Amino acid sequence: MKSACQWLHEQRGIPTMEYDNKISHIIRDLPRSGIRDFFELVIGRTDVISLGVGEPDKPTPWPIREAVIRSLEKGQTSYTSNLGLESLRIGISEYVTKHFRTTYDPKTEILVTVGVSEALDIAFRAVLNPGDEVIYHEPCYVSYSPSIKMAYGVPVVVQTREENEFALMAEDVEKAITPRTKVIALNFPTNPTGGIMPHEELAKIAALAVKHDLLVFTDEIYSELLYDGRQHKSIVEFPGMRERTILLHGFSKAFAMTGWRLGYACAPAPLREAMMKIHQYCMLCAPIMSQMAGIEALKMGETAYEDMRQSYEQRRNLIVSRLNGMGLHCFNPGGAFYVFPEIRSTGLSSKDFAIQLLEKKSVAVVPGSAFSSAGEGFVRCCYATAPELIAKAMDLMEEFVNEVRAKK
Amino acid sequence: MDPLIELLRNNSNRSPKEIALALGLAESEVTARIAAAEADGTILGYSAVVDRLKAGDRRVTALIEVRISPERDGGFDRLARRISKFDQVRDCFLMSGGYDLAVIVEGQDLLDVATFVSEKLSTLGGVLSTATRFELKAYKENGFLANGGGDEERLPVAP
Repeated sequence: MKSACQWLHEQRGIPTMEYDNKISHIIRDLPRSGIRDFFELVIGRTDVISLGVGEPDKPTPWPIREAVIRSLEKGQTSYTSNLGLESLRIGISEYVTKHFRTTYDPKTEILVTVGVSEALDIAFRAVLNPGDEVIYHEPCYVSYSPSIKMAYGVPVVVQTREENEFALMAEDVEKAITPRTKVIALNFPTNPTGGIMPHEELAKIAALAVKHDLLVFTDEIYSELLYDGRQHKSIVEFPGMRERTILLHGFSKAFAMTGWRLGYACAPAPLREAMMKIHQYCMLCAPIMSQMAGIEALKMGETAYEDMRQSYEQRRNLIVSRLNGMGLHCFNPGGAFYVFPEIRSTGLSSKDFAIQLLEKKSVAVVPGSAFSSAGEGFVRCCYATAPELIAKAMDLMEEFVNEVRAKK
Repeated sequence: MDPLIELLRNNSNRSPKEIALALGLAESEVTARIAAAEADGTILGYSAVVDRLKAGDRRVTALIEVRISPERDGGFDRLARRISKFDQVRDCFLMSGGYDLAVIVEGQDLLDVATFVSEKLSTLGGVLSTATRFELKAYKENGFLANGGGDEERLPVAP
């Protein structure tokens, strides 16, 4: 139907605005995040037990919030250096040295960003020429492929598979390398699978990067959340990697600071400088309040998250055992706070499974297909939720699975 | 600390089955270890943490600072244990600093607590002095915030 505005325009002989040609073709052709579609189904319902979130279930630790209140009282509300506050960069340098056994100069090699999302975006924009290829792994967080396309790059997908517990296999990476490959992008532990990288596979990928002279972007956002006594190892720690790696990290997951939007990039000076150019024009600086929170978070260090990490490990044990118990095959993921059970045995697609589970039992999980076609046949359940709620959600999901099977 | 005990300290209301799943133990082992901890006095008991105001509990609570003289054999222990045995005493701790025992007492009303202090506590041999401080309002109890403190909202689905 015509709007009143269109009718009036026609009467006056003014042509109707055609927005399709006005919007960049790259943006027009980007898909909407699959999570967003699902979000709209859930929003507004208050009776839902949600295993659909991608963040800790506790607010930011109180000492961090308190430090920010104090800084606001002092009137610290101004711009900061484009790079971020120097004291924060010094703190980041110390933290990264401790956790990744790699040292970066706070003055020339560290940039504070608005979340890892911005860091990833400007890293791609800083290095890609149109047509350059980026190898990344799926299923993965929703922004990789769009970020590469928005930087005029070509995303080249390598699938990770359940038989490998969603680790990335070096031989699959090698097959994807072409003369146009510029970057390999890694994110382990991974959202949505919880998959981690065996060190020997990481070593092989590092060797490939050196052999083919590639850059590596490593998104370390879940690196603190490893279980069963595992030690995290980043690809930057392997020989020949520091000079070709951009290490991306942030405060969201370990420090329960998702809404502060605070991240950082560590990279050799020329790469940091290139990213800095984009950051200074599009973002100026990360909000000072968030940077103040970051300084306090780094002072707390692992005391801020170690209790939560232990609690997540117990919740993971609970949910993995319950899922397998109801006949949904689920490997025991080594990191992050997601499990990725296979739901093919129900005969439903990921999306139908998630929608019907929401409608019939008011439990929200995210369809694996929201994280690329490689996620079809799986759903993502986040276990950063109270154990009582996990138990209740598992009871309801078990009822649902039994009902679906009985109907089959 | 034993992770099983740690888990129960945070929430004793979880079933042995759930605890077994969380810790990767057999349910029978969880049950046996809890029973052992109860038997050897590691676990003293279980109780719900209640918002007394919401529960309509009008009783009063007082923190009594007690100075006592230590005895030649056994120091503060004998007298402290004796004080602890009164039903009115909810907690009793030996403290560093300006007084010796922190005794937390519950009573029906002000007079009830006053009577306990003047007739039972101060009259015990070895008690040198008492200072009674009444609780006005509870903001946090046993690690739980009154009114839940839980007004944070999360989106139901997030990437």
